[in-house]
Amino acid sequence: MGTDIPLVWYLVTALFMFVMGGIGVVVRRNPVVVFMCIELMLNATNLTFLAFARYQIASAQTPEAALQAAMSGQMMVIFVMAVAAAEVAVGLGIIMAIFRLKNEAGLDDMSTMRG
Amino acid sequence: MSYQPIPTIDWWAIAPVSIVMVTGIVALLIEMFRPNRNNNTIVAVSLVGLFLAGLSVVPQFSMPFGSSFGGMVVRDYLGLVLQLLLITVCFVAFLFSEPYLREKRIAFAEFYQLALWASAGGMIMVTTENLLMFFLGLEVLGIALYCLTGMCRQELRSEESAMKYFLLGAFGTAFVLMGIAYLYGPTGSLRIDAVSIAVASDQPHFVLMALFGFGLLLVGLCFKSALVPFHQWTPDVYQGAPTNVTAFMASTSKIAAIGALIRVLAAGAPLVSYWFPIMFWVAILSMVVGNFAALVQKDVKRTLGYSSVANGGYMLVAVLAHVQAPEKVSLASTLFFITGYGVMTMGAFAVVSLAARDGKEGTRFQDLHGLWHRAPFAAGCLILFVASLIGVPPTVGFFGKMFIFNDALAAGLLPLALVLAVTSVVSAYYYLGIIQAVFVQEEGAVKNESGRPQAGLNLAVLLCALAIFGISLGAENVLKFMAPAEDGRQPVAERTVAQR
Repeated sequence: MGTDIPLVWYLVTALFMFVMGGIGVVVRRNPVVVFMCIELMLNATNLTFLAFARYQIASAQTPEAALQAAMSGQMMVIFVMAVAAAEVAVGLGIIMAIFRLKNEAGLDDMSTMRG
Repeated sequence: MSYQPIPTIDWWAIAPVSIVMVTGIVALLIEMFRPNRNNNTIVAVSLVGLFLAGLSVVPQFSMPFGSSFGGMVVRDYLGLVLQLLLITVCFVAFLFSEPYLREKRIAFAEFYQLALWASAGGMIMVTTENLLMFFLGLEVLGIALYCLTGMCRQELRSEESAMKYFLLGAFGTAFVLMGIAYLYGPTGSLRIDAVSIAVASDQPHFVLMALFGFGLLLVGLCFKSALVPFHQWTPDVYQGAPTNVTAFMASTSKIAAIGALIRVLAAGAPLVSYWFPIMFWVAILSMVVGNFAALVQKDVKRTLGYSSVANGGYMLVAVLAHVQAPEKVSLASTLFFITGYGVMTMGAFAVVSLAARDGKEGTRFQDLHGLWHRAPFAAGCLILFVASLIGVPPTVGFFGKMFIFNDALAAGLLPLALVLAVTSVVSAYYYLGIIQAVFVQEEGAVKNESGRPQAGLNLAVLLCALAIFGISLGAENVLKFMAPAEDGRQPVAERTVAQR
């Protein structure tokens, strides 16, 4: 175990990805890029879940408890990936619909509604 | 924990969600086999399905409460009442949707399936104590609503609002997920009471992680329930979405998100000293910003959007009062107010949807001018809905606000009670503006043609109006029904504390 990468490194990497994604959502103006940043945030959560799941195996009292605890996290990752895929389908559909209406989809031009 | 034999399956607990889901699938199949026809069959099937789902909720009130499916489905008063409410809201939305969709030239049958699945997602959210199930319910609700918001593809503002809703919704989801991850990390559990386990472990870094996770989860939930400072998407999305979708979304997503927020806050009781001051200010800001921003709006749907932010603040006050003093304040007034909110919002938006005509729709205040002459019944009921939203005495809105006010006082939250009272008075101004637009025909104002009310719309409006009076006349009984304290069933906050 001595040469293993500690849990904290994974968490820090994931948090870095998460914060970068969050900054990207706020700063970038292209909806596709903004969406990529959100995907980056979701991937950061996946990395966190997997790191924690591995850590559960290492720290649990019995093998059965380890299995149960680790499985929850890994299952979560599968569901997150499935949901993210569904979101991609819907999101790209909406972006396509906007392109069809006005041939560009910059977020700065989205000012039909004000008040 | 060791391996256990497969427990007996509690079919009743999942019956309402399953029925609504399957109804959606059946409706989809009908649409496949009957292309280019009208949607009447689909509407009929959906209404029957929703009715059956409602029927399957009712007997559960007398069944033993508790969780099944390893804590993934939970049966309690909170969940059952909110499920029934979500089903009713969807039912009413379907009643008036078809004429509106035809007037707007977007009579896609997909509305019904997506709305049914969104309802099912909301129903999952309010009846689970498992964070994985909560996340799935949230996303089923959310993704269906993104599609519905952008349903009017020839209208730029519909697509724009779908885009904004989608991006901010997915952003909020990322926060919810990161929060769940940090609750899972220290405990290895996806149950909602992971917070208590982490705090009970007495390891400072575990507590810190749980605190971080819980904070992120709250941020995500505030996004979803449109509480200040995470409300910016609300007015745009409410304005841009087709009006029947706005009605459905305003009720369903608010009910589901507040229901989930109740459970999450109750589970966060061990950390209450950290999050309570923050949520206290979120409630105040929601009431103040929602009501004052609504004053300067020129669009009815936008106004109602800000009003929904303010109503979220009122609900949060009730929830905070419950969490602060669970032994004195039950969840009854929260549920009472949410029920009233669902009914009056549906009614108000149903009447506003009359402004659609020949594929066009104006939703500014002047677009409602003269509605009184064309649809006297609907316009008359609008007075009732608006009176209830303001909180005029014999209506459900008045009782709801009064109960919350009393709860806040009982829990020692005087500032919240005062802000609630003052901002409610302020809100009368913009609500009366809506009434004025409907009844006053100003000199030289633009003449607008709006759609004729159809039987379905009249029925929906009538149901909402009857509910507003029915619930308020039987306020005492409804309140008792929503918080049966005497039969030993504990309210949510107490039960979570007892489990520790």
